[in-house]
Amino acid sequence: MHRLLPLAAFVVLAGILYLGFTLRDPTLLPSALVGQPFPEFDLPTLGDPPGRATRADVAGDVRLVNVWATWCPTCLAEHGELMRIRRATGLSIVGVNYKDDPAEARAWLARHGDPYDFNVVDLAGDLGVDLGVYGAPETFLVDAGGTIRYKRVGEVNGRVWREEIAPVLAEIGTPGDG
Amino acid sequence: MIVELGHFATILALLAAVGLAAAGYASAANPAWRSAAATLAGGQLVLLVAGFGVLVHAFLVSDFSVAYVAENSNTRLPWYYRASAAWGAHEGSFLLWTTIMAAWTWAVSVGGGRLPAEIHGRVLGTMGLLNAGFLLFLLSTSTPFERLLPGAPAEGADLNPLLQDFGLIVHPPLLYTGYVGFAVAFSFAVAALLSGRLDAVWARWTRPWTNVAWAFLTVGIALGSWWAYYELGWGGWWFWDPVENASFMPWLAGTALVHSLAVTEKRGAFKSWTLFLAVAAFSLSLLGAFIVRSGVLTSVHAFAVDPERGLFLLALLVATVGGALTLYALRAPGLGSRAGYAGASRELLLLLNNVILVVALAVVMIGTLYPLAYEAATGGEKISIGPPYFNRVFVPMMFVLAAALAVAPVSRWRRTPARLFRGAALMLGAAAILGVALPLAFAGTFEPGAALAVALAAWIAGVHASDAWRRRSSWTRGYAGMVLAHLGFAVSLVGIAVTSTFSHAVDARMAVGDTVVLNDVAYRFADLRRVDGPNYVADRGEFLTDGGVALYPEKRLYDARAQVMTEAGIAAGFTRDLYVTLGEKLPDGSWAVRINDKPLVRWVWLGALMIALGGTLSITDARYRRLARRDAAAGRTAEAVATA
Amino acid sequence: MGSLSRIGLAAWCVWLAAGALGASPIDGFDFPDAATAERYQALLSEFRCPKCLNESIASSGAPIAVDLRRTVRRLMTAGAGDDEIRAHLRARYGDFVLYDPPLGPGTWALWFAPLALAGVGVAVLVRAGLRRRAASLTERERERVARLLDEAP
Repeated sequence: MHRLLPLAAFVVLAGILYLGFTLRDPTLLPSALVGQPFPEFDLPTLGDPPGRATRADVAGDVRLVNVWATWCPTCLAEHGELMRIRRATGLSIVGVNYKDDPAEARAWLARHGDPYDFNVVDLAGDLGVDLGVYGAPETFLVDAGGTIRYKRVGEVNGRVWREEIAPVLAEIGTPGDG
Repeated sequence: MIVELGHFATILALLAAVGLAAAGYASAANPAWRSAAATLAGGQLVLLVAGFGVLVHAFLVSDFSVAYVAENSNTRLPWYYRASAAWGAHEGSFLLWTTIMAAWTWAVSVGGGRLPAEIHGRVLGTMGLLNAGFLLFLLSTSTPFERLLPGAPAEGADLNPLLQDFGLIVHPPLLYTGYVGFAVAFSFAVAALLSGRLDAVWARWTRPWTNVAWAFLTVGIALGSWWAYYELGWGGWWFWDPVENASFMPWLAGTALVHSLAVTEKRGAFKSWTLFLAVAAFSLSLLGAFIVRSGVLTSVHAFAVDPERGLFLLALLVATVGGALTLYALRAPGLGSRAGYAGASRELLLLLNNVILVVALAVVMIGTLYPLAYEAATGGEKISIGPPYFNRVFVPMMFVLAAALAVAPVSRWRRTPARLFRGAALMLGAAAILGVALPLAFAGTFEPGAALAVALAAWIAGVHASDAWRRRSSWTRGYAGMVLAHLGFAVSLVGIAVTSTFSHAVDARMAVGDTVVLNDVAYRFADLRRVDGPNYVADRGEFLTDGGVALYPEKRLYDARAQVMTEAGIAAGFTRDLYVTLGEKLPDGSWAVRINDKPLVRWVWLGALMIALGGTLSITDARYRRLARRDAAAGRTAEAVATA
Repeated sequence: MGSLSRIGLAAWCVWLAAGALGASPIDGFDFPDAATAERYQALLSEFRCPKCLNESIASSGAPIAVDLRRTVRRLMTAGAGDDEIRAHLRARYGDFVLYDPPLGPGTWALWFAPLALAGVGVAVLVRAGLRRRAASLTERERERVARLLDEAP
């Protein structure tokens, strides 16, 4: 029996290693905030002159909260999809301009189009930390009660919308409810 | 053209390896094949040295039509980094691996001439088979000879600045010599399992090869730790990173193997343990190669590889290790030592040694692979296992091992009379006092962990020294090697405990002219100037201590990759290192500076060197040559009798 | 676009944010005393940088590491204890960010396995150590039986 033990242990080991290949991208972290309330914050908005926004401005309706920046090429790549979502579904999209320059951000939106109801300016990245953000773009789906229901790390494209966001949206009710 | 010749040489080497496997196993039954096997072993080495030489040449002349050279080199790289860049990434370092394997194979071919044919042949055959597998992997998924024609770039991408260092020149070759050297013990184990011959003679033949490989691995790991310490800039020297663990696990198995072989040789006991450990050590080397090259575990040290190569490596691992362990399951001798021993005998202490090291390596493996299993089992949840966990589970076991090590010299085979322990017990009392007093005297505080470590180390040193004094007229190299290696363990133990517990650090904003005091040493930021290196531009600071020591930390910008790198300014000392790092230049013109005071950190690596030296010294003992001649004569007589 | 290159782009976004040159993790300046500064460094070494290849936030120059260090400093200045700080980061980034895995239903094996292995090791040693003694006991018992048989009427 003792003689079989090393072989048995190795079989288990090899199984675990094989499973390693089935795992997804090691840089993708599952969100700890799904099911949690959207964090409190009190930050300026990206207007000229800037206004003010707090959590109360986010909770109250079903929204996509999109973390983006001008230094992020992927954000540019997903921008078209965000514009399409806005046009096609009327879903409210709120932006978090993450560690960016407000003047450049305004110019960027003017150039490429603005799908956002409003943009929160997170210069230092503190709201990002409260959201568990570690890069851009990241997108959250928040329900009318202000609870985070879904998080996407990386770009939002047609496939992500169809297969991941739309089903969650159907669960929590169409935009404009509540 | 010459690159294609190198590629061709490597393909021929694969054929030589396959031929060697066949000839080796054939010669076990029919000695007429022995010379063929020897020729093929030599041929394989010549071919791979030629192939590797071609690759190094391509780097030296900056032939960027070779994709691997273009990815890892640059014309402004100094020639010694260009050459060592050959093993700076996956493909080239794996070619080095196979070349070193061929070197070990040839060494066994030449050095094992007096071995009985059925062992020698099977050992060579197994090693040929192993390298055939490695070369097949190399040539089908990871050849370094691929060309970028047409359109070879005019300039290469440059070697990662972190690798542009002396550490790259020495660490991989020494580490691989150790890793791959365990293949010899592995092959000896396979030969023993196949032939049914497992006795003291077998153990005596295996010991020198194993000790030398283990010594190389010890030095390789120590070099890696030292390199990380001065290169990464934060004063850390071990992180329990998966790649570090990948080298540490074979070392733990190798340490157990080195000791278990001694018991099998001298007492005919622990045969199953020794066989298992011989298989395990090399298997863990292969597991290590898999971890580093498959991309399955995240590490800053890992090579960037795609999953296809990883799957091939896994297949290789399953075939090799699975095959050997199946052989073990079928043919290992039954358990239960016929050589009786009782109570606190040397056998029992060495059994304790085996048990602790195997449990320790299992624990390290669990910690390394658990995040993988967890993520697979939970469908995506991720956890991290780092130094706090590993230290918590590993350190207590090492304390137990240290205590057993301290009484080792007074133990006797079969049974140790209780009175022999009396002296050791007295020493324990003295050591305990030292353990409390010394750290208190030097550092001013009482830390139980450090006190325990110092006490155990003092105990080890005291018992070994008094035993060595008692035997001073009859030292053998075997004995001296043992004492040296065990003292090295004690030295490392103290170094690790003291530097982990009593290091100091401070972050400060310093403008030129400012002074900061840390642990009674004043550091004055004396000067800052621009310095031009061969392929970088740097800001170099000059720091002077009140003791007259000068430190030169640098902040370098390597233009090829637009990468910034920190080069620490270190004043190395036997009793402590002073360590200064430059951070960012702050908006007000001053600099972020970190100063580290690291007591006894050099002892960590000094102890490892002593261990490696001790292990090597012990196998130069005259008894090996004497007994080898006797075994060879007996073998020839047995063969003569058998064929008469 | 393959998933590997998409992730590569996302990673690039973070890298660019670093100003392409790498921030330095030397930032523990403004602590009132050495003990607090050392507590800060010790805490930092427990947290994994979410975006790096197995580095703690103590040694990483990545922007997210800079932000997390700032968060730890802010919490320390506000008087939070070590456990509160760990809970704060864990609530936002999950268990991944802790190098010391918390004890829970998924990780009890991490604690159980080393203990079980050590237990097996002790059992092996005890069995080997007692073997000889057991043999001699049986011998003694055998002699006793023989004597009793001799003395029986």
